[in-house]
Amino acid sequence: MVYKIVKKTKLNNLVELMEIQAPYVARKCEPGQFIIIRVDEDGERIPLTIADYDRENETVTIIYQVVGYSTELLSKKEEGDYVQDFVGPLGQPSPLHKCDRVLGVAGGVGAAPLYPQLRKLSQMGVPVDVIIGGKSAEFVILKELFEEFCDNVYIATDDGSLGTKGFVTNVLEDQIKAGVKYDEVIAIGPLIMMKNVVKITKEYDIPTAVSLNPIMIDGTGMCGGCRVTVGGETKFACVDGPDFDGFKVDFDECMQRQGMFREEEHQCKIGRGM
Amino acid sequence: MANMSLKKTAMPEQDPNVRNKNFEEVALGYTAEMAMEEATRCLNCKNKPCVNGCPVNVPIPAFIEKVAAGDFEGAYEVITSENALPAICGRVCPQENQCEGKCVRGIKGEPVGIGRMERFVADWHMENAKPVEVKIEKNGKKVAVVGCGPAGITCAGELIKKGYEVTVFEALHKAGGVLSYGIPEFRLPKDLVAKEIETVEKLGVDIKTNVIVGRSVTIDELMEDGYEAVFVGSGAGLPRFLNIPGENHLGVYSANEFLTRVNLMKGYKFPDCPTPVKVGKKVAVVGAGNVAMDAARTAKRLGAEEVYIVYRRSEEEAPARLEELHHAKEEGIIFKFLNNPAAIKADENGWVNKMEIIKQELGEPDASGRRSPKPIEGSNYDLDVDTVIIAIGQSPNPLIRQTTPGLDVQRWGGIIVDEDTMKTSKDGVYAGGDTVTGAATVILAMGAGKKAAAAIDKQLQGK
Ligand SMILES: Cc1cc2nc3c(=O)[nH]c(=O)nc-3n(C[C@H](O)[C@H](O)[C@H](O)COP(=O)(O)OP(=O)(O)OC[C@H]3O[C@@H](n4cnc5c(N)ncnc54)[C@H](O)[C@@H]3O)c2cc1C
Ligand SMILES: Cc1cc2nc3c(=O)[nH]c(=O)nc-3n(C[C@H](O)[C@H](O)[C@H](O)COP(=O)(O)OP(=O)(O)OC[C@H]3O[C@@H](n4cnc5c(N)ncnc54)[C@H](O)[C@@H]3O)c2cc1C
Ligand code: SF4
Ligand code: SF4
Ligand code: FES
Repeated sequence: MVYKIVKKTKLNNLVELMEIQAPYVARKCEPGQFIIIRVDEDGERIPLTIADYDRENETVTIIYQVVGYSTELLSKKEEGDYVQDFVGPLGQPSPLHKCDRVLGVAGGVGAAPLYPQLRKLSQMGVPVDVIIGGKSAEFVILKELFEEFCDNVYIATDDGSLGTKGFVTNVLEDQIKAGVKYDEVIAIGPLIMMKNVVKITKEYDIPTAVSLNPIMIDGTGMCGGCRVTVGGETKFACVDGPDFDGFKVDFDECMQRQGMFREEEHQCKIGRGM
Repeated sequence: MANMSLKKTAMPEQDPNVRNKNFEEVALGYTAEMAMEEATRCLNCKNKPCVNGCPVNVPIPAFIEKVAAGDFEGAYEVITSENALPAICGRVCPQENQCEGKCVRGIKGEPVGIGRMERFVADWHMENAKPVEVKIEKNGKKVAVVGCGPAGITCAGELIKKGYEVTVFEALHKAGGVLSYGIPEFRLPKDLVAKEIETVEKLGVDIKTNVIVGRSVTIDELMEDGYEAVFVGSGAGLPRFLNIPGENHLGVYSANEFLTRVNLMKGYKFPDCPTPVKVGKKVAVVGAGNVAMDAARTAKRLGAEEVYIVYRRSEEEAPARLEELHHAKEEGIIFKFLNNPAAIKADENGWVNKMEIIKQELGEPDASGRRSPKPIEGSNYDLDVDTVIIAIGQSPNPLIRQTTPGLDVQRWGGIIVDEDTMKTSKDGVYAGGDTVTGAATVILAMGAGKKAAAAIDKQLQGK
């Protein structure tokens, strides 16, 4: 099977958006779910969150950061080109429910998976705020899209080129200290960011959902490579997640496991002349 | 006059010390002369005990007679009247427990090499036979098949020949099930699996890869789309773990992950194929079934210096095919029977460096008739390892049962069926293969697919 890229845009130097024709995924997917894509024959299976979908036109939007071999290969594809495989929707839809106010916290490309979740909450009538973090102004993505339905959009950049200078966690703490009441926080970004967000929300006892992104192969529960420890139990992120209760996640183990193939990832880029 | 040699005609194999460094097929197969020679060992028994041992009742003496006469295409026709995938079964069936296990020649000496001849006939056909155009009259009815392993392929192949429009939905990007992602190249060449699948596609079966039933589409939705029956052959893909401390350390794989990285994703060609697989110098594989042997022999081929099979029972209870145990030993795999892992330990970076093992002794026979192992108090020791592969079994993936209301399952997850028709508790839904039995064999899965196809045909023709 091949899947057509109907739209491609660059969101910044490293982050790109694609809309891909994928009827089976588009018909059924819900916020929080993901797909697995293989760019070409012999390619790797890599997971990417469903950032948006259009049921009528049967397309699915993915937003990805070019970090290594396979995402670079994907980024070479243009509008009108095809990718080899595109399967989903995978994982559990996010358990979104009605409450008084939710805060989304996004780090880097984590803004992409966060977007459909917050939008759905807003459509359900829940007031939402968001904190978007990035290295610098250029890395803050989807700000305009969030502004369409979020009451407050806060920005944090490492170098202060946009919004507050510092981390998303600084803004989070300021908001809580200023007395803003959140019933729930949804944090999606690098593991270290999610770990630090949880450190704060735990202190204030605000339930926090996080989205885990361990290394995956099949994405269907067949290999167990994506296992994570949550509340002392082993879970398969691809079928039990990817969203979990942040208070229960063993982040240190996740970070360790994510590095299992670091040398090979590097070698792969060099070995294949990238 | 029959050939009364007590031994099977030998089948050429790659030298163990050469083959344990490559991924080419271990057993090289008979030549025409060897096959004809072996065929003369068959006594053409009237009561055909061998046929009773074969789960799909291949007319064994009849095909062997054709082999003896040099009519290989004729032999192929006889075999394929009952078995759609002879090249695969000839290679991977546990013949010693099935056809050959019942052969009278096995009472004194070695049984007739039925599997080897079956393999030869199938390979000969692939190489020499001209494709024949089959004209199938369509009956206008649609059937869906979930999963493209041996059960699903067989069911689809049978139904298409009866005139149904058949669509197979496969979750992975490649058809074949365990034949593609599990059993390694050196035991079952992937080209051969591809050819067998092509054969059913040529008959008109539409295989849709990248569709996960339960996620991309549900069984109820398939029925709404006009499929009048659904066959579920989704296998037993969920890997079991030991639930001992340290199982999530770096360097610990399930056999499914390890073998998928190597077979499906072609990790042995890394970095030409970008999915990595990391094998250290000392590898422990836990378990002693076919899956464990495949993982151990694969690890050896990827450069591991010492590969251990760690198994809590004794050699007698090891569930692997005899041939696989034998090949593994020849290739230098070290067996640690009556050894049970208690914990996996790691270095300061989280990488596995030791497996703690408790030695076992055999106690009284348990319900299954096997003598159950008991730990020997104080016998714990540490084995130095840097990779651990867990191969202690798989169970059915819960996705189908979670998304199909009205489908009754066993407590352990297997789908419950009527054994004669493979019908489930849900109208129009049939199931077979590992998803019903738990991890079993290729030939049993095929037998189930065939039985279900016959029952589906009967039901839909009655309509
Ligand atoms: C459920 C899920 C959803 C994700 N959603 C997004 C998304 O929406 N946008 C986005 O940019 N990224 C997302 N990712 C991460 C994305 O899959 C990786 O960035 C991608 O696989 C990197 O591949 P590479 O070959 O380009 O880089 P590599 O050089 O191979 O690796 C770079 C990094 O990606 C991780 N990685 C490598 N292979 C895999 C794999 N097969 N599965 C998971 N992680 C891997 C590595 O641990 C490493 O940290 C998601 C991951 C998961 C598990
Ligand atoms: C490593 C290994 C070695 C083995 N060696 C031998 C041997 O030597 N001899 C022997 O006889 N047997 C052997 N077996 C066992 C044998 O392979 C299985 O019994 C047989 O493949 C079962 O066939 P099946 O069709 O029921 O399932 P599978 O082969 O498991 O096929 C099921 C298919 O369904 C797909 N699927 C699952 N869920 C869904 C879904 N929701 N939607 C769509 N598709 C889905 C899967 O991706 C898979 O492709 C071995 C098994 C393994 C793992
Ligand atoms: S299908 Fe398997 S059991 Fe039956 S005759 Fe062939 S090798 Fe023997
Ligand atoms: S039992 Fe053995 S000897 Fe007898 S017919 Fe079967 S294969 Fe031939
Ligand atoms: S990715 Fe294989 S089980 Fe989750």
